[in-house]
Amino acid sequence: MLTPLSVRFIYAIAYIVLAPFIGGLLEGIGRKISARMQRRVGPPLLQPFYDISKLLKKKRSQVTRAQGFLLTSYMLLIIFTGAMLFFGTDMLMCFLMLSTAALFLYLAGCVTTSPYSSLGAQRELIQEMAYEPAILLTALGFYLAVGSFDVETIYNSPVSPIMIIPGFFVAFVFILTIKMRKSPFDESTSHHPHQELVKGLTSEMSGRNLAIFNVTEWYETVFLLAVVFLFIKNSSAPLVSGLVGIGVVLLTYFLEILIDNTSARVHWERMLTLTWAVTLCSCGVNLLVLMIVR
Amino acid sequence: MADITRSPWLLHYDASSCNGCDIEVLACLTPVFDVERFGIVNTGDPMQADIFLITGAVNAQNAPVVKQIYDQMSDPKVVVAVGVCACTGGVFKEAYNVMGGADKVIPVDIYVPGCAARPQSIIDGVVAAVGLFKERYMQLKNKQPLSVGHLEGGEGS
Ligand code: SF4
Repeated sequence: MLTPLSVRFIYAIAYIVLAPFIGGLLEGIGRKISARMQRRVGPPLLQPFYDISKLLKKKRSQVTRAQGFLLTSYMLLIIFTGAMLFFGTDMLMCFLMLSTAALFLYLAGCVTTSPYSSLGAQRELIQEMAYEPAILLTALGFYLAVGSFDVETIYNSPVSPIMIIPGFFVAFVFILTIKMRKSPFDESTSHHPHQELVKGLTSEMSGRNLAIFNVTEWYETVFLLAVVFLFIKNSSAPLVSGLVGIGVVLLTYFLEILIDNTSARVHWERMLTLTWAVTLCSCGVNLLVLMIVR
Repeated sequence: MADITRSPWLLHYDASSCNGCDIEVLACLTPVFDVERFGIVNTGDPMQADIFLITGAVNAQNAPVVKQIYDQMSDPKVVVAVGVCACTGGVFKEAYNVMGGADKVIPVDIYVPGCAARPQSIIDGVVAAVGLFKERYMQLKNKQPLSVGHLEGGEGS
């Protein structure tokens, strides 16, 4: 049973329009939960939106013109990636687009002369090196589970992919910490102030450019959580699996906040070895089991 | 669009403070005072900051740094001098290397007295700064000249 083209377009457009609101709200909830974990009251739920509105009102200043251009490209590519996923095209293609987008972010960090920004940009590349295997293997895992890279087919698979590829799920959730820039893997942007990196990659971004960066993060978060959702969704019990899927997505997000609040940043070598070890072990064991069973 | 006053981001710079005032500034972020309630974030990045909190007297060595930080902040921006050292030079005023308060180098808008300044008065100062932040934003929006703080030995309002 395939979804008609018009409905797929509506999904893609809904993503483009709604993702920043969902992403911003998730960040607001995240900040509130973080504050509660530290026994603080915390900012209002809509604080991320207030921040964006403030950033847009600041007087424009940018270190180089290229920065604005590169960041806009980064944003457009991420939006396009997410829209492609929600449209239901090839998952492998989505992930490749995601890597291309990351490259633009790297360049946006590099074009400035600030050592903090350059250092952050280099670490961004290392991060990409760490999470890329897991991301590509996730696409492969979906292929093993469903027999297609097509998001549309994966979405309508008769059994939840997680039943067949739990190891790939673990690897994907593990690298989400890097992708969402949370401790202990916030190597490139250091979201807590007064660290050796200042604000890392985003040190030289101010006003409108920083707003672009933040909104893009929200788009990306929604995209990644949608992939988590795909692990759960099946077509035999669409409603139940859909609700469980949303539950798992929220739980994953909560887990990220918990990890963020309970761990300190690790050295990048540690991040690399840890991520690769987890990716290889969980995906490898999963693959072996699949080979034996089938 | 939300009010600009709901998201003031601070930059805290220690000029040559004895660290007494710095600890009080950080105390504002703890659960007891929790300034994040008001959307205040203590960012370490001048390019992203709206309010410049400066503690300690300015000396010959860090005067250019203070100036540079001030210049890197984009308008509208507000400067708050925290503690008597940042206000006037305080107990270090007569020291051979000390130039005096922060207003020797950059225009200061709000003076928070105390040695060390108490968290309550720091928050008070920041709240006043937020009001001024909005005022400057309106000036910027209406293309009026921005009001400037007090600069020792220079003109100001
Ligand atoms: S005002 Fe007092 S506590 Fe603050 S920096 Fe000066 S000497 Fe230290």
